[in-house]
Amino acid sequence: MNVITIMAGKVKWVTDIEKSVLINNFEKRGWIPVSENEDWNFYWMSVQTIRNVFSVETGYRLSDDQIVNHFPNHYELTRKDLMVKNIKRYRKELEKEGSPLAEKDENGKYLYLDFVPVTFMLPADYNLFVEEFRKNPSSTWIMKPCGKAQGKGIFLINKLSQIKKWSRDSKTSTFVSQSSKEAYVISLYISNPLLIGGKKFDLRLYVLVSTYRPLRCYMYKLGFCRFCTVKYTPSTSELDNMFVHLTNVAIQKHGDDYNHIHGGKWTVNNLRLYLESTRGKDVTNKLFDEIHWIIVQSLKAVAPVMNNDKHCFECYGYDIIIDDKLKPWLIEVNASPSLTSSTANDRILKYNLINDTLNIAVPNGEIPDCKWNKPPPKEALGNYEILYDEEMAQSEMSERDLRSRSGQSVGFKGNRARDPGKAGSLTWK
Amino acid sequence: MLAAPDGGLSLTIAQIVERLKGSGLHAQLERQARLSLHNPEIKLQSLKEDIKEFLKTSGWEKKLQNAVYREISMVDSDIASSWTVKSRFIKSRFPLPCPPSVPPEHMKESLAYMRKAQGNWEKRILKSLNSMCTELGIPLSQKRSPNEQKELLNKWNEMGTDEPDLSHFRPVYAPKDFLEVLMNLRNPNYDTSEQSNFRNHLGLIQVPLNVKDIPELKEYFSELDLNIGQMDIDDSAHVPPELFENEHVRIGQKVLMEQDSAAAQQYVRQGCPNSLRAELWALILNISSQPEDILYYEQLKSNVIQHDLLVDSLIYKDVKLTASNDDYYFVFEDYLYQVLLCFSRDTSVLEHFVYNSATPPKSYIRGKLGMEQYAVFYPPNGVIPFHGFSMYVAPLCFLYNEPSKLYQIFREIYVRYFFRLHSISSHSSGIVSLCLLFESLLQTHLPQLFYHLREIGAQPLRISFKWMVRAFSGYLATDQLLLLWDRILGYNSLEILAVLAAAVFAFRAGNLMEVTSLAAAEAVLADLSTLKVMPLLQIFLFATGS
Repeated sequence: MNVITIMAGKVKWVTDIEKSVLINNFEKRGWIPVSENEDWNFYWMSVQTIRNVFSVETGYRLSDDQIVNHFPNHYELTRKDLMVKNIKRYRKELEKEGSPLAEKDENGKYLYLDFVPVTFMLPADYNLFVEEFRKNPSSTWIMKPCGKAQGKGIFLINKLSQIKKWSRDSKTSTFVSQSSKEAYVISLYISNPLLIGGKKFDLRLYVLVSTYRPLRCYMYKLGFCRFCTVKYTPSTSELDNMFVHLTNVAIQKHGDDYNHIHGGKWTVNNLRLYLESTRGKDVTNKLFDEIHWIIVQSLKAVAPVMNNDKHCFECYGYDIIIDDKLKPWLIEVNASPSLTSSTANDRILKYNLINDTLNIAVPNGEIPDCKWNKPPPKEALGNYEILYDEEMAQSEMSERDLRSRSGQSVGFKGNRARDPGKAGSLTWK
Repeated sequence: MLAAPDGGLSLTIAQIVERLKGSGLHAQLERQARLSLHNPEIKLQSLKEDIKEFLKTSGWEKKLQNAVYREISMVDSDIASSWTVKSRFIKSRFPLPCPPSVPPEHMKESLAYMRKAQGNWEKRILKSLNSMCTELGIPLSQKRSPNEQKELLNKWNEMGTDEPDLSHFRPVYAPKDFLEVLMNLRNPNYDTSEQSNFRNHLGLIQVPLNVKDIPELKEYFSELDLNIGQMDIDDSAHVPPELFENEHVRIGQKVLMEQDSAAAQQYVRQGCPNSLRAELWALILNISSQPEDILYYEQLKSNVIQHDLLVDSLIYKDVKLTASNDDYYFVFEDYLYQVLLCFSRDTSVLEHFVYNSATPPKSYIRGKLGMEQYAVFYPPNGVIPFHGFSMYVAPLCFLYNEPSKLYQIFREIYVRYFFRLHSISSHSSGIVSLCLLFESLLQTHLPQLFYHLREIGAQPLRISFKWMVRAFSGYLATDQLLLLWDRILGYNSLEILAVLAAAVFAFRAGNLMEVTSLAAAEAVLADLSTLKVMPLLQIFLFATGS
């Protein structure tokens, strides 16, 4: 084995993100650092760089032994407006097909696909937004710039006048401008979040996609909850206090109460123990099952439009909020989850996250061959577990069809309705 | 040694009857019995039998049973455990409940030198508290102004956001100060002359107390044996883990349905499923959260609002130093204040000083020093918090999200168990016995390791003492800690803490044999958060040849 490895040569790596959790992982594998102008096999790059690599002008052609950590048009998923657009389209398509997944309740809400808070693009959908706002004038909405991360440029509104003022103040003096840089999404604010110890939190989960067609994705077991340091009060007088509402560490770090030992982070295992103890095991399992469900659905929604380049893999940071009825809501997906470590535990977690990601993306740490398409063996998964494997699901499905030609539909939904836990083991793994 | 069981039993019964007479349950039972007279099924001819039958079918008998069971658990842990396992009843060496002629201090602690040591320790604590008061010029207690009261009431749910300057406050004492005291304990009647023989105890604790050896522990903790299913152990040879878990959950639900304290206590010896733990513990502790309990908590809360106590700052400081920085518990900071501040005002806690070797400190109204009629207990509950005290509450926040329920559970666990971890006594669950048990287990079963560590100046107890004083809270991962506390409740004993401490040393023995300093040994044992409690205990007790 060793001989072969040496013969095969070492992986040459580049990165434009100087983070020790990355570099330590490359060095541990004995990989060789090179500059971006030399021959490289592995490039861990920022989203800005990926734009250039795949841009029409630069016309960079990747060879079979080169791998990068983003898909060319990852923004279909990771830009807030495009994600919502793709999910809306996906739902309509399923509805048209008459899929049982697109079933609606008596109020016209999707039973299984209503997992993103009501969202509009601004300025484009302004009129639609006003219509929706007037239906429920006491609601609070959250404004987010489409292309920014880490909580930058976010604010809350609960009056139409505030949004008018915003449009006057912002440089786009007219709603006609379609410049995407200034585009915002406005989403219904989850006003009844689940509170633990009286505090609001969101979930950060890591999901690795190795291919979109067929879809194969992995869920990282060591996600965490990010807590607000300030007590949550839904009262509107606090609307200006961003620390109450936003859980991004980048924002919270500026709060006076930020704790540098735990960083306001709580492991998903803690969350599970707390929920099982206070709410019961069945509802806890259902919640986690639903979280997995919405992640897979969001990926399926973008899969048809994704440029499934064989040289690419991507590790996404999913942000999810749980409401007090234990329903999970997908808030947004990040293409470049922060690799900055805020605490010692955080550092270990991120080091391991990169380690496990590399083990799947670059099997055995050998020079990659992007035509290699086999799923990794179970031992190589580390803290990842297979979330969904389309090929496997399809072969299981046809196997079942063969076995029981009773004409019954064996759709996802049918299984879920009976037993969500079972559906997972049948179709997802 | 063997007491006549009959005499002891009837005395116990008499005491329990006496205690229950004054309880709310007694009044409730009487009321129910009276009301039942209107019931057509109750006949005058068979009045007594009919009422008994009525109390049985209406569930009141079960409540009485649980109340009796609670009283037994409080009298002495050894009796309670023999209650469920009848075969042990006769041969148990339980100290008899004292006959009425025995002076009350013997109820607290039968050994005079222990009582004296505890008294001296209390004087030291009080002196330290008083000198802090004088230094800082802060009164022990003062009434809050109406404005301050209003402000506190408003931020009751977010006291953690407050950042008062507490830099001048220091914890009254930390576990290591307490260890020094225990190391200097001596029995004046015991000859500790130089004649060294192989039976000598070479640890830090130098008082002769009877502690269990491994065969006795094996019998005592027989439900932890390798061939008996445990929650969180998935390599049992006999049954697939899922099968055991499902069956165990089913039995647990049945126990809850029956509302039987004794059955619940027996059940948790194999560990609780997470989803049933909160209710099972409440059943064992006989906590039912009646409207009057909630009212009682609200009353305590208003006491906190009205008066500012010096101990509040100590509690605040302790939470900030411990739980607020803890990966598991920081989320619950506000709950800890809500529980601990109320606890300090709760005079019902004073009752436990009947059997606690400690005595509540007294304070005198200004100018009336030493005059008993002007004496008040301070703090009102008689318990001065020390560094790490809040960690007794923190893990319970994972189970109860209702502050008044959380409060009741904590208070009951404290007056049953945790007070013993910082009082000097000869009780088998007392900290002195735990230290001795830990040291003798190591010395007997890991002699090489014990001598090695002793030789390099790393006496094992110096490392494990803080684990035991905090009942491992803040050291183990929470799921593991709760499995450990399951056994404290299940066996009505804290001895499991000493066994686990020894098991941890056994588990890390390989690394510990290589260290050459106390600091290095501490480093090897610094992180216990990855340990699995049950496999460690099982291997130590049942899988090593002894």
